Amino acid sequence: MSGIGVFICHCGSNIAGTVDVDELTEYASDLNGVTFATNYKYMCSDPGQELIKDSVEEQDLDSVVVAACSPRMHEETFQAVVEDAGLNPYRFQMANIREQCSWVHSDDMEKATEKAKHLVEMSVEKSRLSEDLEKTEVDVNSDALVIGGGIAGIQSALDLADQGKKVYLVEREPSIGGKMAQLDKTFPTLDCSSCILTPKMTDVARNPNIELLTYSEVEEVDGSVGDFEVKVKKKATYVDWDKCTACGDCAEACRRSGNVEDEFNEGLDNRGAIYTPFPQAVPAAYTIDSEVCISLEYDGTCTSCREVCELDAIDLDDEDEIVELNVGSIIVATGYDLMDPEKIYEYGYGKSKDIITNLELERIIDASGPTDGEIHRLSDGEDVESVTFILCVGSRDEELQSYCCRIGCMGALKHVHLLRDHLDEDVDINICYTDIRSFGKGYEEFYRRTRDLDVNFVRGRPSEVNVQEEKVELNVFDTTMDKLLQVESDLVVLVPALLPSEGTEELSRQLRITRSSDGFLQEAHPKLRPMDTFTNGIFIAGCCQGPKDIPDSVSQASGAAAKASTILSKDKLQSEATIASIDDDICSGCKMCISVCPYDAIEYNEEDEVAEITDVLCMGCGSCASLCPTGAIEHKGFKDEMLEAMIDAGLTEEEG
Amino acid sequence: MSDEDFEPKIIAFLCNWCSYAGADLAGVSREQYPANILNIKVMCSSRVSPEHVLRSFKKGADGVLIAGCHPGDCHYINGNYKTIRKADLMKKIMEDFGIKPTRLRLEWISSAEGGKFARVMEEMTEEVKEIGPLNLDGTSLEDDTDE
Repeated sequence: MSGIGVFICHCGSNIAGTVDVDELTEYASDLNGVTFATNYKYMCSDPGQELIKDSVEEQDLDSVVVAACSPRMHEETFQAVVEDAGLNPYRFQMANIREQCSWVHSDDMEKATEKAKHLVEMSVEKSRLSEDLEKTEVDVNSDALVIGGGIAGIQSALDLADQGKKVYLVEREPSIGGKMAQLDKTFPTLDCSSCILTPKMTDVARNPNIELLTYSEVEEVDGSVGDFEVKVKKKATYVDWDKCTACGDCAEACRRSGNVEDEFNEGLDNRGAIYTPFPQAVPAAYTIDSEVCISLEYDGTCTSCREVCELDAIDLDDEDEIVELNVGSIIVATGYDLMDPEKIYEYGYGKSKDIITNLELERIIDASGPTDGEIHRLSDGEDVESVTFILCVGSRDEELQSYCCRIGCMGALKHVHLLRDHLDEDVDINICYTDIRSFGKGYEEFYRRTRDLDVNFVRGRPSEVNVQEEKVELNVFDTTMDKLLQVESDLVVLVPALLPSEGTEELSRQLRITRSSDGFLQEAHPKLRPMDTFTNGIFIAGCCQGPKDIPDSVSQASGAAAKASTILSKDKLQSEATIASIDDDICSGCKMCISVCPYDAIEYNEEDEVAEITDVLCMGCGSCASLCPTGAIEHKGFKDEMLEAMIDAGLTEEEG
Repeated sequence: MSDEDFEPKIIAFLCNWCSYAGADLAGVSREQYPANILNIKVMCSSRVSPEHVLRSFKKGADGVLIAGCHPGDCHYINGNYKTIRKADLMKKIMEDFGIKPTRLRLEWISSAEGGKFARVMEEMTEEVKEIGPLNLDGTSLEDDTDE
């Protein structure tokens, strides 16, 4: 006669030291449906596993209960054993008598043993109702989508393409490159940012496996791992990029030339309505900003650019286009934005041109930037005699962003080196810091080198920045000297907090991935699954997950590509078996389940007037089963009957 | 009606991703708490329905705990928000059945909060001891006025 086998683990003395395993075995052998019960020193060891396998055969068991550690520890181990023994893995149940019994009641053997009996009985009762479950197989589309064309997205796309995968790289700006393209140099090596980034950008453009969709945004995401359906809006550029050679004649002819704030240069320069973000842009082509173009936004009369374009590439009738993609996996690499420093009123951003952000300074120092690398006071063009950095502007601040921006300190140290190169020796450089965090490889050494460059490090956050007639004055209490200092500067450089880039919240909803309390996208495990999200098949890389420097972003991007590849390289995937199913004979078509399903896995069948579940979309939370008024929904592996039997078994009075 | 020897029985529904892992961490950290609570693992706290709670009381539980991920951290996006709404409803139903709503407790315990798990177990055991055994023989409704 077939029945349930109960295997009780001593875990050395971890369990047996607190729980009377012999008494427990005896108790278990008398339970309803149990035909065999035994105990062993280490059930997870090889002999323990053999004991289970042999017993399944010799005792003709149809289900197995192991009372041992947490299922989080060894459920998969024992499922595999049971499967090896020829049973369906879902005919296995685990009673957690270590983490949730012996370890937490170690001072009371009697009570611990009694609780263990209940826990075993509950698992046996669940086991009595268990049934074979089958995982469904889904086909895997081997193409990938990378959202965001900064350094992280570029790296992920290149890695995947190198593995022979087809990659769609979506970027909302006209060019890829992201924030790194705006940097002059990078720390701690001081190598030129463009020199290391632009070759990668052209690699992307040249790679036959990468389809670049710039000036495009993800509109809608459906489906699940292995088979995502994505709608991407390709915004109208009004220029035929196949024809455009980026000669730039149009930009010179544009009547709005020099009248539109240049985003790439952080508003320190102006562009026209037809523009390319920066000279090394990829794709190398021009775009018309429809919101400022005289013809598109106003009266349609201006023909300046069309007149000069010899290739006839300009098409004012161009329209937005929706591109539909099918991909097996998605990598999100949407980066960061700087916090608007105006949020901290006392730092005076916006009150003087001489109070700038670190990214603005980056553009000013850049030889191809708006000032051709010349550093003067922005208010009147006078020489700069003193520069003061304020770190942690909004970072490590309970009121604003409580986290560290991770690049502010090192970025400022880098700027010291660059300023010393560009300015006279006697220029004062002050850094108001909270702590200098130089944690990366070679960073501490870089910090030490910077200290030799005659910099005043002031430990303290300025209380106020006042714009005087010529100079900018700030008050800061130096906590190492216990003294209030008054510092006059020609340039004040604010180092603002990093925020998830604009639109992250909306994108997280479209992708059904979660964000952590700081607004950045949430990883599945902070240590062991830093690139995974809780949604299968979607990975995160770079600053969208949290502030990061370039090496960390690139590492994570390569990691995410490798993770995506493990999915894309498979022909088929197995989907979760413990999902919900609907009995259409009982379903009344009330649609309540549809309203609670977080994955849109349930649809209403108008014809039969019942709800239907798409198995591959169901993640198995059981929300729907808990509220189905007719009881038509069954959560496999967690059926109502199972939970009820467990409740009953937990509450039985023990005789004697 | 507190009885010195009264040992309450408490059923705890723990979500797989946060609270069950929190309970495991309590074990790994060797936190000690009363043995009055029996855990039932569900994938999400939103899997728990009023029937499960009422059945627990009917079958002899003196208290029921539902524990899930912190709001915003739900593994299933928003299951715990549904649990909040359902718990309010359950408390109303319990009142209608003459069961003190305080016998049902809702807690957010993350996988990193082993200490919190142990504390909640301790508190809840004490609180339910204070309330006394649940007597559902149909003769007496629990009086809420003494709260």
